[in-house]
Amino acid sequence: MSHKRTLATVNAAFITQAHGGGGKAMKDLIDDVFIRAFGAPEDTLEDQARLALEPLCRTGDRLAMTSDGFVVKPLFFPGGDIGSLAVCGTVNDLAVGGALPRYLSCSVILEEGLPVEDLRRIARSMKEAADRAGVAIVTGDTKVVERGACDGIFITTTGVGVIPAERRLSIEQIQATDVVIVNGWLGDHGAAILAARGDLSLETALESDCAALNGLVEALLEAVPNTRCLRDATRGGVATVLNEMAEASQLSIELQDASLPLRREVRGMCEILGLDPLYLANEGKLVAVVPADRADAALAALKRHPLGRDASVIGHAYSGKPGRVTLRTLFGGQRIVDMLVGEQLPRIC
Amino acid sequence: MKFIDEFRDHTRARQTLEHITTLVERICRDRAAPLRIMEVCGGHTHAIFHYGLEAMLPKQLELIHGPGCPVCVLPMGRVDDCLAIAERPEVILATFGDAIRVPGSRKSLLQAKAEGADVRIVYSPMDALDLAIRHPEREVVFFGLGFETTIPSTALTITQAQRQRITNFSVFCNHITIIPTLKAILENPDHRLDGFLGPGHVSMIIGTEPYRFIAEHYRCPVVISGFEPLDMLQSLLMVVRQLHDGRAEVENQYQRLVSRDGNPAALQAVHEVYESRQSCEWRGLGPIEDSGMQIRQAYAAYDAERKFSLPNQQVADPEALRCGEVLTGNLKPWQCELFGSQCSPESPCGALMVSSEGACAAYFQYGGPRAEQHEEVSP
Repeated sequence: MSHKRTLATVNAAFITQAHGGGGKAMKDLIDDVFIRAFGAPEDTLEDQARLALEPLCRTGDRLAMTSDGFVVKPLFFPGGDIGSLAVCGTVNDLAVGGALPRYLSCSVILEEGLPVEDLRRIARSMKEAADRAGVAIVTGDTKVVERGACDGIFITTTGVGVIPAERRLSIEQIQATDVVIVNGWLGDHGAAILAARGDLSLETALESDCAALNGLVEALLEAVPNTRCLRDATRGGVATVLNEMAEASQLSIELQDASLPLRREVRGMCEILGLDPLYLANEGKLVAVVPADRADAALAALKRHPLGRDASVIGHAYSGKPGRVTLRTLFGGQRIVDMLVGEQLPRIC
Repeated sequence: MKFIDEFRDHTRARQTLEHITTLVERICRDRAAPLRIMEVCGGHTHAIFHYGLEAMLPKQLELIHGPGCPVCVLPMGRVDDCLAIAERPEVILATFGDAIRVPGSRKSLLQAKAEGADVRIVYSPMDALDLAIRHPEREVVFFGLGFETTIPSTALTITQAQRQRITNFSVFCNHITIIPTLKAILENPDHRLDGFLGPGHVSMIIGTEPYRFIAEHYRCPVVISGFEPLDMLQSLLMVVRQLHDGRAEVENQYQRLVSRDGNPAALQAVHEVYESRQSCEWRGLGPIEDSGMQIRQAYAAYDAERKFSLPNQQVADPEALRCGEVLTGNLKPWQCELFGSQCSPESPCGALMVSSEGACAAYFQYGGPRAEQHEEVSP
């Protein structure tokens, strides 16, 4: 049973080194910000979360575990913030493996001078995202570094989920003629962040697509249990995921330019800056590979879910040169879609 | 998307391609060698690969990827000079994104940045001037690169800096002009070029008149082209039609942006701030007379070359590197021994492998030699 106790409050407006010192200031910060947002643990607060095995065993036969670090500038952006990103990102890494996400840890590195109110906002946002995804944030850590040593806040979340016994998603299962599907508009997150940084003086109504995909994944796997594999297309975009898929399966993948779901604003921004939307980051997009005869069923299942309304078949696998991804352009030409070497850089003119 | 999709219309493309093919076949009945048309501008090279145009063209029509990528023709010694500026502790070096990975003899700006140099990517020289205003205690140097397309914007930034009496801003000028270079290419008796796609954005500034000598003296058709795939196909058709009719003229396909006289206000700004350098070194091509720009004495305070003492060393490219032959169209990228092995976008030896407008990078990224593309057809 949870022990009802009064939570301490932080009066300081900004994070100082004291909040990472292990003393009262730190305890108050954890109380006021994290416990207040995430809720008190069922046991007393100790160095570790203790998770009952029995309910986990009832839903699957394997645990999935993943860890991801989050750094983003700006911390708050249209459509989300670093907090929602840190929850959704890790939930999605579990979900695309077919796991049912259950628990998250949250470790933060704070920069001296971060407004405490910003931290409260981020913690509340994490809690909301966790509730929507049906996961509990059960343990965490706080460190403070001096000004300039980090960018406001860095968050690392680790997630644990359960994989139901019958599920075997793997990119090695991809076969020639399989169909590649995405659940909606591509590149929104990358484009929204670029615009939100303000260096470009571009005004757009673009929002990050930051969302937890576990509900959508369940809907898809229920309709098409023999889905070959799923990936979330974060950094490096869809192009990078497809290259990994082609490489692992030793097949070729061809995309159709005409069927790529791209918003007008994203296309426009890429035109202006000379960027390729296939490499822009997403935070709520999955790439699914399904057998060709199940493509319609998969698409229908995705479209019934709010996060899959704009789902689209974007290409297919075939036995060509192993590891090669190509794009059939709107224009009828064909080009190779390779792995990105470094960052995408805007062009001179 | 209004006004872009129209220029990517599949059906119109097919019709234009059919016209091109018919004319090329007729022309090639009487000649053994394929037609060789040079697209001068790096933006065109990028578009050709991005849309997979090359593989759609008839085999007897060869595209030669010209020297119009400012990053690609920048000599290594100039990159070294830029690094010497960037590594001074008081300096913030502002640069366009493309230039940051270009290798100097020891390293690139990206590596210098990792080692502690303050290098920042900006989208316009005016952003660099803003940096200077926001950091009065630092020296902000803009890495001025590009052809006539970008020269007016650095010129206007310099005049603005002077008007606002900003003293901690300067430009490391590596601006170059396209006309003397085209002349140098045509003066080479081995050039074997049948026509040109003229650079659309450069021409927006300089107009169409400066190309006249190519048609009149060298009897080569020139068509100023836009950058959308239909623009380029239409322009190719116009060049091929001239060749078919035995004409050599300067034609303007990009009329929605380019006028005969260009942009007089921009030209005036350029003339106000810059004068031509007697000789300018191009990577791969060597020195070309009157092809570079330098800042006039009246604006000497904004000239990074005068402000900082630079090593100003000539650095020869490694011998095995054959960028020059690729730039002049005498060698295809994959025919270079280093292509894809020692020289790749990950660790470029030559600058043609760096910029997305460089012919080698485009071949590497978008699909290697033509033969390979034809071989592969997906079901």
